[in-house]
Amino acid sequence: MNPASNLQKMLDGGHFAVSGELGPPKSADIETLKHHADEMRNHVDAYNITDNQTAIVRTSSIGVAATLMQMGLEPTVQMTVRDRNRICLQSDLLGAVSFGVRNFLCLQGDHAKFGNEPGSKNVNDLDSMQLLETVKNMRDKGVFVGGEELEHPLPNIFIGSVVNPFADPFEYRPYRLAKKIAAGTQFVQTQCIFDIDRFERWMEKVRALGLHKKVHIIGGVTPIKSIGAARYMQKNVSGMIVPEELITRIKGSENKKQEGLNVCVETIQRLQEIEGVAGVHVMAIAWEEVVPEIVERSGLYPRPKLA
Amino acid sequence: MIVGERKPLAEIAAMLAPFKKICVLGCGTCVTVCLSGGEKEAAETAAALSLLWQKEGKETEASTLTMLRQCEYEYIDDLAERLNEFDAVLSLACGVGVQTMTTRLQDKIVLPGLNTTFMGYPVEQGVWTENCLGCGNCVLDMTLGICPITRCSKSMLNGPCGGSQEGKCEISKDVDCAWQLIYDRLIKLDALERMETIQPPKDWSTSHHGGVRTTVREDVKLESSE
Repeated sequence: MNPASNLQKMLDGGHFAVSGELGPPKSADIETLKHHADEMRNHVDAYNITDNQTAIVRTSSIGVAATLMQMGLEPTVQMTVRDRNRICLQSDLLGAVSFGVRNFLCLQGDHAKFGNEPGSKNVNDLDSMQLLETVKNMRDKGVFVGGEELEHPLPNIFIGSVVNPFADPFEYRPYRLAKKIAAGTQFVQTQCIFDIDRFERWMEKVRALGLHKKVHIIGGVTPIKSIGAARYMQKNVSGMIVPEELITRIKGSENKKQEGLNVCVETIQRLQEIEGVAGVHVMAIAWEEVVPEIVERSGLYPRPKLA
Repeated sequence: MIVGERKPLAEIAAMLAPFKKICVLGCGTCVTVCLSGGEKEAAETAAALSLLWQKEGKETEASTLTMLRQCEYEYIDDLAERLNEFDAVLSLACGVGVQTMTTRLQDKIVLPGLNTTFMGYPVEQGVWTENCLGCGNCVLDMTLGICPITRCSKSMLNGPCGGSQEGKCEISKDVDCAWQLIYDRLIKLDALERMETIQPPKDWSTSHHGGVRTTVREDVKLESSE
C-alpha cells in the first residue's frame, strides 16, 4: 500500500487539518502563485488548486499541481464536471496520479454563463456525485465507468468533495452529505462560513445522523478583505450567505482589514470547538499573504510534522 | 414533429405497480402522427397492461382517454375532471406533455409511457430521423438546409472530419455523413464557397447549455383582466 497523503494522515490521525487555496492565473505565468504557495508552505498541510473557478479560463489545476509537486508541496486537485466528459475526467485523474497527486476534490463547477466563455457547452456528462463514485470505483474496484478494468491498480488516493450548508433546501443538505459519503467521499470542504450559527445548526443535524464519524468535515473560511468584497460575495456568489451584521461590524471598525482577519480567526477558533469539524480550509482569495497570520493567530501553528 | 417511442411494457408495468386505477392517456398531436402515443396506441397499451395484470392475478384496471394536446392548459382543463377517478395517469405524450400535465394537475401523478426520442420527420412509413436539436440559433442558411449541428455526429461546423467515408459517418454505416450531404448540395447549387469561411466557435448559450429556456413575447401576451 502506498503511503497516504499528508492531508489524509493529518485527518486520519485526528489532527485539526489546515489547507490553503491557490487560484491559477489567466495566463501560463504562475510565478505569483508559486510565491504565494511558498509563503504558506509551513502553515498549510495541502493546497487546493481550483479548476477554472467561476468558469473562467485559467491554467489547469493539474498543470499547477505538477509545479507544486516539484516544489515539494502537496496539491489537492480540484476536478469539476463542467468542462470534461467521463473520458477526460478519468484520463486526467490517471495523469495526475502518475506524477504523484493523491488528493482529489470532486465538484460540479459553476455554470459556464458566469465565466468568460458564456457561449461554451456545459459538459456535465457525470455529475459531482457520479464523479465521486467513479474515482472510488477506479481506486477500489479497479474499473472505469464503462466497466473496463484498469491495467494496473491505483495507489492510495484520497477522495474529497464539497458541501454547502448555506444552500437550500437547508433541511436536505445533511442528507446530501450522506449521499456523498456513500458515493465515496472521505473528506469534504464547506462553502465559506460567515453565518456560523447556520453552520452549527447544520452540524447538529450532521452529528445526529452520525456523519461526522464517517467523513472528515473541513470548514471553509475566507478573510474579508474589504466591504466591497463582502458585498460582492453577498450579492453575486451563488450559495453564499454573508450576514449583514458581519458587514456592519467590519464597516464600523477603525482598521477594516484587521477586523476582517479578526472575524476569520474567530471563526476558525469556533470551528475548532465544534464536535465533528476536522479541519479548516482557508480560501484567502487575492489575499494569500495573510494565511500565515491567520493560521498562527488561530492557534494552529506550527503544523504537526507527520512521518 | 416530436417523435416518441413507447417504453417497454415491463418498464411501464413496474412504474405502475403501486397504483390500482390507471388512465392511459393518449396525446392527439405529434405522437399520434408518429404512431407512438395516440388514441390507438393508448388502447393497445391499456389492453396489453390489462392482459398482463390478469395473468398476474392483479386487480389493477386500465382505462383510456385521449387529449388533443397534453402540452396546453386549455385541453388539460377540458379533461381534468374525468381524470379525478384515477390514481395515476400513464401519459403517452412526450416529456413536454407529461410535465405540462404535472404542472397543471398538481395532485395527479402523471407517469411517462413514452421515451421522447427527438425532433424529426418520417423518412418513409415506419422510419423517423432526427434533424433539429433546437440549438436556438439556426445555421441552416449556411448550409442551405442541412443541419450540421444535428446531423453531424460531432456537430462540426467547418466541414467533414477524417472519419467520413463513402458518404457515411464513422459511427455507423447506417448514418449519412452530414458534411457529405452538405458538400453535394452546395456543389449542386453552385455555392461551395460557403464552406470556405472558417465558422467561429458556436455560442451554445442559446441552446440548453445556457440553462432552461423561456420565450417571452410581450406583443402576444394577454393584458391582465384585473
